[in-house]
Amino acid sequence: MSISEKSTSTQKIQAGLKRRYAKEKRFRLYGIISLIISFAFLLVLLTTIVSKGLPAFQQTYIKIDVTLDQADLGIDKNASEDELFSAPYSKTVNNSLKAMFPGVHGRKQKRALKNLVSKSAAYELRDKVIQDPSILGTTQTFWFLAKDDVDVFMKGGIDRKLPESERRIKDYQLAWIDQLIKEDRLEKRFNTVLFTAGDSREPEQAGMKGAIIGSLLTMLVTILLSFPIAVATAAYLEEFAPQNNRWVDLIEININNLAAVPSIVFGLLGLAVYINIFGIPRSTPLVGGLVLTLMTLPTIIIASRAAIKSVPPSIKEAAIGLGASPVQVLFQHTLPLAMPGILTGTIIGMAQALGETAPLLMIGMVAFVSDIPGGIFDPSTVMPVQIYLWSDSPERAFTERTSAAIMILLGFLVLMNLIAITLRKRFEKKW
Amino acid sequence: MPTQTILITLVALLLFSYFLGRKRSIAVSMSLNEGETPLHSRPQYYGYLVAIWAGMPAILVLTLWSSFNAPIISSLTVASMPETQNTQSADSIGLMMNEIINLAESGKAAEHSDSVLRNAATHYQRLQGISSLAKTAVVFAVALVGMLIGWRLISPATRARNKVETVIRWMMILCASIAILSTVGIVFSVLFESIHFFSNVPPTDFLFGTTWSPQTSMRSDQVGSSGSFGAVPLFLGTLLISAIALIIAVPLGLMSAIYLSEYATPKIRAFAKPVLEILAGIPTVVYGFFAALTVAPFLRQFGEMLGLSVASESALAAGLVMGIMIIPFVSSLSDDVLSAVPQAMRDGSYGMGATRSETIKQVVIPAALPGIVGGVLLAASRAIGETMIVVMAAGLSAKMTINPLEAVTTVTVQIVTLLTGDQEFDSPKTLAAFALALGLFMVTLLLNIIALHIIRKYREQYE
Repeated sequence: MSISEKSTSTQKIQAGLKRRYAKEKRFRLYGIISLIISFAFLLVLLTTIVSKGLPAFQQTYIKIDVTLDQADLGIDKNASEDELFSAPYSKTVNNSLKAMFPGVHGRKQKRALKNLVSKSAAYELRDKVIQDPSILGTTQTFWFLAKDDVDVFMKGGIDRKLPESERRIKDYQLAWIDQLIKEDRLEKRFNTVLFTAGDSREPEQAGMKGAIIGSLLTMLVTILLSFPIAVATAAYLEEFAPQNNRWVDLIEININNLAAVPSIVFGLLGLAVYINIFGIPRSTPLVGGLVLTLMTLPTIIIASRAAIKSVPPSIKEAAIGLGASPVQVLFQHTLPLAMPGILTGTIIGMAQALGETAPLLMIGMVAFVSDIPGGIFDPSTVMPVQIYLWSDSPERAFTERTSAAIMILLGFLVLMNLIAITLRKRFEKKW
Repeated sequence: MPTQTILITLVALLLFSYFLGRKRSIAVSMSLNEGETPLHSRPQYYGYLVAIWAGMPAILVLTLWSSFNAPIISSLTVASMPETQNTQSADSIGLMMNEIINLAESGKAAEHSDSVLRNAATHYQRLQGISSLAKTAVVFAVALVGMLIGWRLISPATRARNKVETVIRWMMILCASIAILSTVGIVFSVLFESIHFFSNVPPTDFLFGTTWSPQTSMRSDQVGSSGSFGAVPLFLGTLLISAIALIIAVPLGLMSAIYLSEYATPKIRAFAKPVLEILAGIPTVVYGFFAALTVAPFLRQFGEMLGLSVASESALAAGLVMGIMIIPFVSSLSDDVLSAVPQAMRDGSYGMGATRSETIKQVVIPAALPGIVGGVLLAASRAIGETMIVVMAAGLSAKMTINPLEAVTTVTVQIVTLLTGDQEFDSPKTLAAFALALGLFMVTLLLNIIALHIIRKYREQYE
C-alpha cells in the first residue's frame, strides 16, 4: 500500500478529529467559565457589601454653640446630682439651634430644625454638665451627633436635584445644611458609636458593642461545653468502643445524622427543652451556647476522629509495651499528638457557630436588647441576629450600618480561619 | 447561697481534696515498712479518687435540686392556697403563679392588697429561702462525706488508678451518648408538640390542604377566625426554591469540580479550592441580606426591561442566592469522588484514543456517579433546610404556584414567623411550627439516608 492511501477507518477517524478537538476545547471552557462565574458571584457579593458598608465607618457631627441658661434649666452650680440629672437639656439644645437660625417659624419648620441633631445630644449635654457643673451660665461649643437624615444626605444618599416632594430633606432644611457647611459646622468623623454603643432605634446611635460581647459570651459557653464532650466522644469511638456493637453503631449513625439536621430544628429543641422544661431564661448567652454546642458537636467530633486516627499505631504500641494503660496512652500520647488537628476542627466549628442565626432566633435572641450584657445570664443578642434585625429596619441609614456590621462579622471569621490555617501549617506532622 | 457560688466553692473543694489525697497517699507510702506491699498507684491517682468521691455525688445532688426546684416550689405554693383558687384550670393557675412569682421577687409582697396573693407570695419567698439554705447544706454535707470516704480508701490495697480509669471511661461513654440524647430530644420535643397540634387540626388537613392561613381567633365570635393549616403550598414553595438553587449549583459545582480535578494545574487548584471554601464559610444571613438588597431589585428591574412582572420577593432571587451558597457543597464532594477514581481507568481510555473530555464524560463520571448523586442529594437537603436566605429574600404569602417570578413562602420561613410572633405557646398557630419542623426533619433525614445508601451500595471498590 502506498503512503498516500489510508484505510477508510483511519479516514473516518481523521474526519471526526477536528470536531472532537473542538468539543474538548468547549468542555474545558465550560469548566473555566463555571469557576469564573463562582468567583464572580463571590466578588460581587463582597464588593457590594464593602461599598455599602464603608460609609458607615464615618459619622456626621454638628457643631452647636450651646448657651447653658441657668434660668431655662432651673438649676445652678450648687444643684444636687438628681437635679442636674433631670434638668430639661433637650430644651436648651433646641433653643441653641433656634438662636443659630433666627428666621424659623411654623411648627413644621421648628420640628425639622430640632431634627437636625440627634436625640442623644440632650444626654451628652447632661453628662458634660454633671462632669463639670461650672460650665452652667456660659456658652460652650459642642460637637453633637447629627440626625440620620442629615448623615445620609452628607454621604450622598439623598439627591439634591429631585423635586422637593420626593425628598426626605426639604428645601428649607437644605438651606440650613448649606449654611452649616459654609460655617464649617458639619464634619465627618470616624464612627466610634458603631463600636461603643448598644443597639438603638435611632440609626445614628446604634452600635455593635452589645452584639459583639453577646457573641463572645455565647462562643465562650459553646467552646467550654462542646470541646470536652466532642473530644471525649471522638476518643471513645476511636479507642475504646467495642467493634460491631449495636450501641456504638447507633451513636455513629446519630452523629452523622445530627450533622445534617437543619439548624432551625436545633432552635426548636432549645425552645422546647431548655426554655420550657429546664426554665433557663430566654435570649441569654447560656441557652444560646447550649443550642450551638449541639450544633458544633458533630463537626468537632468528625475532625477529632480524623486527627486521632492519624496518630500512628506504633506510638500507642510502644507506650503499651512500656506498661501504660489505655487511658494513660490516650491522655499522655494520643491526644497531645492529635491536638493540632483537633484544634483546627474546633476553630472551624466555632467559626460556623459564630455565623449561625436561625436557631438563635427561635430561642428569643430576636428581642431588642439595648444594654450591653454583663454575664451569661443577661439577655443579649449576637452579631448575625443583630445584622438580621438591622436589615429589617426601615431607616435608610441602617442599610450602611448593616453592611458595616457584616464587614465586622466577616472580619472575625477571617481572623478565626487564618488562625486555624496557621495552626494547621505550623503543627501538622507528616508521619 | 446562689447556685453559681455553690459551684465555685465546690470546684475549690475538689481541688483541695485532690491535693489532700495526694499528700496523704505520699505520707502513707512513706510510713510503710520494708517488705509490706507498696501503694498500687502513683499518688496523683489517689488524689483524683478523693476528688471524684467528693465531687460527683455533690454535683449530682446540686443538678437534680436546681432542676426540680422551680416546679416543686410552685406546686407547694398552689397547694397552700385556699380551695377556691387551686381548683381552677391549669391556664389560670399558671397565670396566677406568674403573678405570685413576680410579686415575690419584687420584694413588695407584704404590701399587696389582695390577701390571697400576699399570703401566697410570702409563702413562696419562705419556701425559696428554705430551699436555698437546705440546698447549700445538703450539697456541702454530701461533698464532705464523700471526701471522708475517699480519704479512708487510701491504702496499699486500693487500686486507685483502675477505679479512676473506670470512671473516666464511663464519662466518655456518657459524652458519646449525648449525641443520641440530642436526637432523642429533638424527636421527642418536636413529636410531642406536633401530636398536640394534630389533636387540634386533623393530619389530613395538614398534609393535603392547599390553603395556608394560620389565623386563630381569641374569641369565638371574632371574624377571620378560620385557621386553615394546609401545608401543601409551603412544601411546594420549598421545592420550587430548592429546585432553582440546584439548577444553578449542580452544573456550576460539577463543572468546577471536573475542571479542578482533571485540568487544573496545582497552582490553580491551590488558589481555587480555598476561594470556593470561602463561599461555604460566609454566614447565610449575609447571603440573605445580599439577596434582599441587590439581587431582588436587580431581577425586578431586569424583568421590567423585558416586560415581565417580577415580584419584589421572587422565588428566583432567593433560589439564585441559595444556589450560589450550595456550589461549594456540590463542588467539594464531587471533587473528592472524582479524585478517587483510579488513574488506571483514565489511562485505559487515553490508550484507546479518547480525548480528555470524552474520558471524563464516558469513563470517569459514570464511575463516580454514585458519589456525585449522593453529593447532590446532600446539597438538596441543605437547600431544603436553609432558613435565613429565604426569611430575608422570600415572601410570606403561601401561593400554589411554580412560577419562579412570583413570591412564595417556604416551610422554614413559616416556622420563623410563627415562633417569633406574639402568640401563646399552646395555640394551634404556634404548634403548627412544630408540625412543620417535624415534616422538615423527616424529609432531610430521608434524603440523607438515601444519599448514604446510594453512596455505599453503588460505590465501586477499586483494588
